[in-house]
Amino acid sequence: MADETTKPAAPAEAAAASETTSAHAAPAEGRPGRPGGPRGGGRPGGRPGGPGAGREGGRKFFRRKKVCKFCTEKIDNINYKDVRLLSQFVAESGKIVPRRLTGVCTPHQRRLTDAIKQARNIALLPFAAGR
Amino acid sequence: MDRKYEVMFIVRPDVTEEDLDKLLRTMETNVANTGGRVTSIEKMGKRRLAYTVRKFQDGFYVLAHVEGPGQMLKELERRLRVQELVIKFITIRTDEEEQRLAKIKKLRDSKVKGQGSHAAAAREAAEAAGAEPTAPAAV
Repeated sequence: MADETTKPAAPAEAAAASETTSAHAAPAEGRPGRPGGPRGGGRPGGRPGGPGAGREGGRKFFRRKKVCKFCTEKIDNINYKDVRLLSQFVAESGKIVPRRLTGVCTPHQRRLTDAIKQARNIALLPFAAGR
Repeated sequence: MDRKYEVMFIVRPDVTEEDLDKLLRTMETNVANTGGRVTSIEKMGKRRLAYTVRKFQDGFYVLAHVEGPGQMLKELERRLRVQELVIKFITIRTDEEEQRLAKIKKLRDSKVKGQGSHAAAAREAAEAAGAEPTAPAAV
């Protein structure tokens, strides 16, 4: 394998084996089908929904499937009084974090929002913190 | 049918203990007069407020559970609004929420019981089946 890597204008199979080392040395036309092959095989193997949506936003959301914290821990009573629990779902600025970032399911997110708003009204949580 | 309410209010931080007790007594008598009753009063202590309320940075939190008709709560809220010691309050109706929680709890308990009996029966069947073939399998 060593002598194949030193040759820059190598045939197709040698080029495929040595893509990382001689990538900048060889010209593009030396390996026509190679860039499409491994990359095309890699992406459908992952989660098509994640990178596809993330690419439009400009970021990769290639994370494992987030589960709703309330569903797994079976927390029914989302009270406005437990500030510690609520502050986990509130950003630094005091804004409520959207559920696509926290992974909370819709009914729980609705109840969480109500609880956060009640806590804000009774000055347990700020409306807007910092600048 | 009495409704259950939860009232949380913030009293000025520069209030004395006796003034606070006096305020709570008047509140209790008021509630009793309008046909309700106070289930519990909990003084939650002085806390830092998340934002300034009437130029105060701290406040003394009090949590009260009351039961009674809607008119009672209306009167209670009116008095809290007028009261100078109370700087903020929130009232929440809790009987429907309690019903929902009780229903979920009952559902969960019944499911656990059903699964428990099923698991016990399955375990017994497995033990009985497991004891027999091991003897000929060993041979």
